[in-house]
Amino acid sequence: MRVAVVVFPGSNCDRDALHAVQLAGAEGELVWHETTDLHGADAVILPGGFAHGDYLRAGAIARFSPIMGAVRAHAQRGGLLLGICNGFQVLTEAGLLPGVLRRNATLRFEHRWVSLSVERRDTPFTWRVPDVITLRMPIAHGEGNYWLPDDQLDELEAAGRVVFRYTGPEGNPNGSARDIAGVIDATGRVCGLMPHPERASEALLGSDDGMLLMRSLVESVAAAPARVPAAA
Amino acid sequence: MAGYRFSISIMPREGILDPAGKAVEAALPELHADNVHEVRVGRRVELTVESDSADSARATVDSLAADFLANPLIERWEISAL
Amino acid sequence: MTVAEAPASVALHRRLGLTDAELESINERLGRAPNDLELAMFSVMWSEHCSYKSSKRLLRTLPTAGSDVLAGPGENAGVVSIGDGLAVAFKIESHNHPSAVEPYQGAATGVGGILRDIVAMGARPVALLDALKFGWPDDRRTRGLVDGVVRGVGGYGNCVGVPTVGGELLFDPTYTGNPLVNVMCVGVVASGGIAHAIAPTPGSLAVLFGSPTGRDGIGGASVLASASFVEGSAAMRPSVQIGDPFAGKLLIEVTLELVENGLVEGMQDLGAAGITCATSEVADRGGTGIRLDLDAVPLREPDMQPFEIMISESQERMLAIVRPERLDEVLAVCRRWALPAVVVGEITGDGDVVVVGGGTEIARIPARALASDVPEQLHQSAPPTRRRLAPAPGETPLAHDGLPERGMDPGAVLEALLGHPNVGSRAWVTTQYDQTVGTDTIEGCEHAAAVLRIKGSRRALVIATDSQPAVAQYDPALGAQMAVAECARNLAVTGARPLGLTNCLNFGDPNVPEAYWQLTESIRGLSEAAMALGIPVTGGNVSLYNESPLGRIAPTAQIGMVGLLDDIDTLVRPQFRNEGDIIVLLGETGPGMGGSAYERLAGAAPDDRPPSLDLVREAALHTVLRRAAAERLLGSAQDVSAGGVAVAVAESAIWSGLGADLLLEVSISPAASLFGESPGRAIVSLAPEHWSSLARLCASHRLAARRLGAVGGNRLRIGLVGVGATGAAEERGAGVADELDVALDELKRAWTQALPRVLGVRA
Repeated sequence: MRVAVVVFPGSNCDRDALHAVQLAGAEGELVWHETTDLHGADAVILPGGFAHGDYLRAGAIARFSPIMGAVRAHAQRGGLLLGICNGFQVLTEAGLLPGVLRRNATLRFEHRWVSLSVERRDTPFTWRVPDVITLRMPIAHGEGNYWLPDDQLDELEAAGRVVFRYTGPEGNPNGSARDIAGVIDATGRVCGLMPHPERASEALLGSDDGMLLMRSLVESVAAAPARVPAAA
Repeated sequence: MAGYRFSISIMPREGILDPAGKAVEAALPELHADNVHEVRVGRRVELTVESDSADSARATVDSLAADFLANPLIERWEISAL
Repeated sequence: MTVAEAPASVALHRRLGLTDAELESINERLGRAPNDLELAMFSVMWSEHCSYKSSKRLLRTLPTAGSDVLAGPGENAGVVSIGDGLAVAFKIESHNHPSAVEPYQGAATGVGGILRDIVAMGARPVALLDALKFGWPDDRRTRGLVDGVVRGVGGYGNCVGVPTVGGELLFDPTYTGNPLVNVMCVGVVASGGIAHAIAPTPGSLAVLFGSPTGRDGIGGASVLASASFVEGSAAMRPSVQIGDPFAGKLLIEVTLELVENGLVEGMQDLGAAGITCATSEVADRGGTGIRLDLDAVPLREPDMQPFEIMISESQERMLAIVRPERLDEVLAVCRRWALPAVVVGEITGDGDVVVVGGGTEIARIPARALASDVPEQLHQSAPPTRRRLAPAPGETPLAHDGLPERGMDPGAVLEALLGHPNVGSRAWVTTQYDQTVGTDTIEGCEHAAAVLRIKGSRRALVIATDSQPAVAQYDPALGAQMAVAECARNLAVTGARPLGLTNCLNFGDPNVPEAYWQLTESIRGLSEAAMALGIPVTGGNVSLYNESPLGRIAPTAQIGMVGLLDDIDTLVRPQFRNEGDIIVLLGETGPGMGGSAYERLAGAAPDDRPPSLDLVREAALHTVLRRAAAERLLGSAQDVSAGGVAVAVAESAIWSGLGADLLLEVSISPAASLFGESPGRAIVSLAPEHWSSLARLCASHRLAARRLGAVGGNRLRIGLVGVGATGAAEERGAGVADELDVALDELKRAWTQALPRVLGVRA
């Protein structure tokens, strides 16, 4: 299983994501944003950071990077695509995932450990997560406040496309609508979340719950119909 | 008493480094807009002042802009009545 | 027009901050009068901030030698070997005056600057720590400073992806007119891959890469850092430097790629005094000269004067010294990261910094005259007329410290201390810092020492920063010693051994004899402590003229220390582990409440003095802590510092959610036993079956070890027994309780609310 981690200028969690991917047992490769070739990767990760400084709007400039053509094509072919934090922002700006990540309700950068409930355990990103557990991992962002107009949120939830929600005593750290922390697209093969699973991939770091997501991704086989959830 | 509405456009001062403008401009060739230059990025505030006169409303906005909405050290601003 | 045809006007040198004597020295070094451009270059290079002219002779007395030291003072950062072919680079620097003028950008560019110092050594930055000091934050201006500085530190560090894992935050009226922002950075480099700021070979090229040059900070270094604040601070406005962390991140990647691939002969970052400083330093160190073509420097603004280009402090710029045959590769790396890079000069053999503008030579100064051959400024040193010294080690303690008549309820005092913004939770600040980017953070801002694992190895770096300005106010030498001791103790409680220390010395106007005396004494104290504890001083920074119309700041020696844990599995954390573990106080409690958090709260008694420090006993404590950690005897270890034993135990309890039941013997006074901050002590907890091993270990190092009680329950109970506690009631003062008994929840609430309450924000 080969995973490409895209590096935009200003990405800063790329090597973290690569490390976690390798720990999960896959071959990983850092891919510079200026290439147009993903080298046949089975899965692509857009990592956290401040691509292009997050100037203008988070992810707004990165979505025009040359690599994004290949990323889109990869998704269109059913390839697995995971956006973490800044990566999630890029995917929403690129229209590959619905919604927008706005400034945190606290108007501050927030670094906190959060608890996530997992609402879909039948996606390529979550099928390794055991029943009835919440995942603990850190968030670190200034713009993680997920938003859509109410009617579109209703549709999103009805279609079962909310995958992660903030829960537990720590609660919602950024004011996200309906406590949404992560979503998938209609194909179920593009996922974005604000928390950082790669930072919770070893017990030594405080939690290895994130490894459940990394392993789910890595152990998925690209064309296994049983793993694709029915789109509502 | 009436409500007077203003907009305040706040931009980086000339000569001050504008990282946002710089990053946006650097990205333009990718959008095939390499004939676009001198990008500066600022922000805009709109507000209403309740006052007896336009002059005194304007005075309120002048001091709000200088003391609070903008950072005179590194920003300049323009106030327009809406 | 040649260089010699335009002598500077007489008053100009004074306006630029140079004395008449300095002008004479300049004339001597040049063999003629300088022109205006040359005078401007001298004025920034001979400023206090750049030249250390007032402090150099004192700094030479610091112990810098160590068998593992690979780079010491004078380089961009100190570097110490850590084994496995790796080394750690670290340094602390100040950005005080810019932060007072524009807090966000001052703090942000402070972070940017220290990052560049580490990166210039070829080291990848892995941690940032920020030590911040403000006046009491109950007014809008100070709150604005706090908010701006914290957002600036976070704004830059978070964006470049280096975790901010520690620091210090203190509020004291002494800093009201003059906040302190000291930032420390730690990086990792291959021992064989360290870069130096040197231009060794004539014929090599000077390549300037990074952001274009604008008018940022013109005169900033000399004007802002070398002059105290007076009315007309508004006139300093154009000197603000603006940081671009995105460019900073690109700069880090380019610099490391150039160094790691052996493409450069030398690397220097551009900080204070910009191009003038970077070029003169690399030439001086290399014994070479440099011919600089101003027309080649990429400019952000039109019509910049030569002197503006030469002293601009535009951020995110580096200077690489490159052999001509390597130039293409260097430019290709910069191009790939979309970072402008251009050859701006050539290294020569004549030892001069030559500036060429419009094809004409417009300045020529020997590099050493700018960099290392700066006349030292001698100052008078005089202690204050009235001083209160610490009791000498071994001196019989006083039966009372004059405290009982103040009357106290120990539980209420503990809550007040935990609720004090200098003691309580820092979460309001530290949740604005990305602490976990890099996936190496084991312990971040929550506890006193940061712990970062080194991937691919069993080792870990342990980092702390501390200062003792309240004690230094009484006795600057002691304050510096205690800061060094506290840092080393914070490392020792984790099990780590210290590798080296960096220091940021924040003092007043050296032309005032008492202020210069404070500086002299602090360096003496720093030196003694470093030697006694066997810790080399690898470099640092001096910030003088920290004064405002409100007065001079307390002498503040900010110590930053890096240690090594050989096996991450032996890490000892500060929170209690198990119910039933016994709690032990290591080290002797001494008298002296001067400079303590308690004193801040309760007021100073007329005869209050700071506690004394016995460096031999302190060293013994650290040795025992390291041995106990290596032998896995301990469940937890926490240093005793601000707020004394009671706060140390309360913190271990709050962080674990486990209470404690203790009995404390009072030999001096209840306040000294509970809240005294005498050094050389730690609170540890351990499984009962390990007690005899620990007791033996302590005995063999003649370290006192007293069992106080056990971990358990959901309250903190400390009973007071002994002569001091049960003396005659009329002596002690009525209403002094014999015990402290508070619910853990209450303590946690006070601790959590400490900062938000005083800042007027929500937790």
